[in-house]
Amino acid sequence: MSPEIAPLATVTGGGPDPVAVPPRSRAVVLPRSPRIWVGVGIMVFFIIFAIVGPFIRPYNPNYIDKAWVSVTCSTGPGTCIGQTKDGVAGTTVPLVQPYGPSGAHPLGTTVLGSDVWSQLLSSTGPTLIVAFLAALIATLLSVVVGVSAGYLGGNADEGLSLFSNVFLAIPGLPLLIVLASYVPGADTSAVVVGLIVALTGWAYGARVLRAQTLSLRNRDFVEAARVSGEGRLRIILVEVVPNLLPIIASSFLFTTLYAIGAYIALAFLGLAGAPNASPAGPWNWGIMIQQAYTQSAINSGWWWWWVPPGIAIALVGTALALMNFGIDEFVNPRLRAAGLTRRAARQAGISVRPTLGFTEVVRRGEAPAAAAAAVPAGGGGPS
Amino acid sequence: MLIRRVAFYLLALLVAVTVSFFLPRMVPGNPVASELAVVSARGECTPACVEAVEARFGVGADAAILRSPAPTAAAFSVGGGAAGLFRTGKPVTVGQETATVQSVNGERITLTTPLAAVPRPGTTVTQNLAPGLIVQYFQYLGGLFQGNLGVSYFEGSQPVTTLIGTYLPWTLGLLGVATVLAFVLGTGIGVLVAWRRGGRMDWLLPGATFFQAIPPLFLSMVMVAIFATAAHWLPTGGAYDATDQPSWNLGFIGSLLDHALLPAITVVLFSMAGFMLGMRNQMLTTMDEDFVLVARAKGLPTRQVIWYAARNAMLPSIANFSIAISLVVAGQLLVEIVFNYPGIGELLFKAVTGNDYPLVQGIFVVIVLVVLVANLLADAVYVLVDPRAGQEA
Repeated sequence: MSPEIAPLATVTGGGPDPVAVPPRSRAVVLPRSPRIWVGVGIMVFFIIFAIVGPFIRPYNPNYIDKAWVSVTCSTGPGTCIGQTKDGVAGTTVPLVQPYGPSGAHPLGTTVLGSDVWSQLLSSTGPTLIVAFLAALIATLLSVVVGVSAGYLGGNADEGLSLFSNVFLAIPGLPLLIVLASYVPGADTSAVVVGLIVALTGWAYGARVLRAQTLSLRNRDFVEAARVSGEGRLRIILVEVVPNLLPIIASSFLFTTLYAIGAYIALAFLGLAGAPNASPAGPWNWGIMIQQAYTQSAINSGWWWWWVPPGIAIALVGTALALMNFGIDEFVNPRLRAAGLTRRAARQAGISVRPTLGFTEVVRRGEAPAAAAAAVPAGGGGPS
Repeated sequence: MLIRRVAFYLLALLVAVTVSFFLPRMVPGNPVASELAVVSARGECTPACVEAVEARFGVGADAAILRSPAPTAAAFSVGGGAAGLFRTGKPVTVGQETATVQSVNGERITLTTPLAAVPRPGTTVTQNLAPGLIVQYFQYLGGLFQGNLGVSYFEGSQPVTTLIGTYLPWTLGLLGVATVLAFVLGTGIGVLVAWRRGGRMDWLLPGATFFQAIPPLFLSMVMVAIFATAAHWLPTGGAYDATDQPSWNLGFIGSLLDHALLPAITVVLFSMAGFMLGMRNQMLTTMDEDFVLVARAKGLPTRQVIWYAARNAMLPSIANFSIAISLVVAGQLLVEIVFNYPGIGELLFKAVTGNDYPLVQGIFVVIVLVVLVANLLADAVYVLVDPRAGQEA
């Protein structure tokens, strides 16, 4: 766990003495792993993308080129000029092929002549809002359930654990589909979708948090707080929760990843509304993929239509996973050493040969000698 | 321990079934009317479909139901010889040739002949009130117990159980093979990556992270685009060639494998990453345990030392199998849709896009059942590999 035991001298003064804390201890608080910063970078990029998107989009994402709307073939193949598929009598086929990427349309167009780049710009915001909203609600739920279960113990623990385990055992996506097909507003409101997704995504975090709370509950500093007469709520909020922060953060990222996947899946199944339906739902990456899929863009080779939203999802997902990696390494120092390349490890002054029984704890930002001497870096975690 | 788990899974199943029972009935307004409105918006709801809707909400066959969207007398279907409409639950008296009833929307509507089976004048037609929710609930549970999941609105009003029965084997086959492969491969690679930490195999880590971050939906589309549409190595979808007759000859089995390969690889790819990363992290911790050091110090061959460590590191993987299997199932449903693989995912897609609610819920119940059985199997394996687990409780 994160809180390193601070040297006694820094504690006895009734709080850490700012002078006594070596400045390099900050290195532990802010992990320097390049992974986490790549993740943060990608995430920030997409957030900016989401904010400015609606202002810089060149076209209306709902725009449909009237001349491109499908025609109905009256006879057999070849009668619909410019069509892309073999015209079977009576079927409706797209009149023309969508444009591939060009100067006017950086990511090409859809089969109806809408600009894919504009759609992508409009989709980022709602997708991220739903993801973060769902993750926020789910994380709150999991903290409330998990921490109270772990801290209260007894019957409350039994009940709450059973509750979260049941939710964990029921597969999320099918439950999500059943919920979304009945809850009114799921097809028009990002908030409603976020709520539904949160409802199916909190249980794992609650379980992890409960386990961690159990191990914190009987630590000395919590006992001390209890003996000194602090209230239960205060102990939970001031003593326990701050020590769970890395795990809460990790759980938040994990849930965000889940929420994006869930939202995309719902939109793909047509349960999260469509922007050109009435009432209109928000644009999102899932609906882009769905429209491309139903217009058989995959088999027709119109990759520019469905690959950009797919890549966007994968990039955001990777960013979340990378940030999570950083937190994992922060929480479990053994992973920190194992994640190093040989060169980086040699610089840190530790051996990465498969030595058994001992994995050095790497503290970045310290001299190898300091690492070897295992000087406790004070203030490792907010406690 | 296993008995407790069975009890727990039964509870989880009950919760799932309860949610799927009460959710449609919680929607404000008359569930039959709102359901009919939605269903009719998608397409013609045939009399059989209306009957299915009524039956689902416990309204008997002699009830006249407003067929949306137009709330006119002509839109009433009358079956079984009585007319009546109700939200109020009050009996309606049928007059000479006409009957005035209150529609579900609260409007008063006059029914006139030619209603085939208007009751004799003067008779009082009571609304066939649905039994109370609780009674319905237990009827529903009883039906489930006998494998009755209701009747599909579309799909020729087939029983949901029959429909699921034809699609489920494909899903189970794909899921079984792919999950076992993913678990074995993922765990194995995870062990190796942990053992040779800092070595060349570490490039697998960002790779696995990436595969974990790609949604299965997009991954399967990429697979189709690359290996089927562009390279023509494998078929783009389906379970076998349309020209093939299902039989047990070599050609057909070849066609089956040909069609299953790409979806299976996709499922393995996205589910393997989780197993691998989890195993690697656990293995790193286990390798520092004293017993591994002792095994090494005793001079046991490396392979045996790895095996000792791996066996112990594997326990959390098996214990967390329930979370993994939920994700794998969710992913596979989407993979099946993209590949047009005739499994439950494909059926679910049809059901969801067609608002075939009984089918959606039947599939939900069946998927929950499949996942819980898989969990139970994982628990049984856990007790086998870790004798301590069997002794607890």
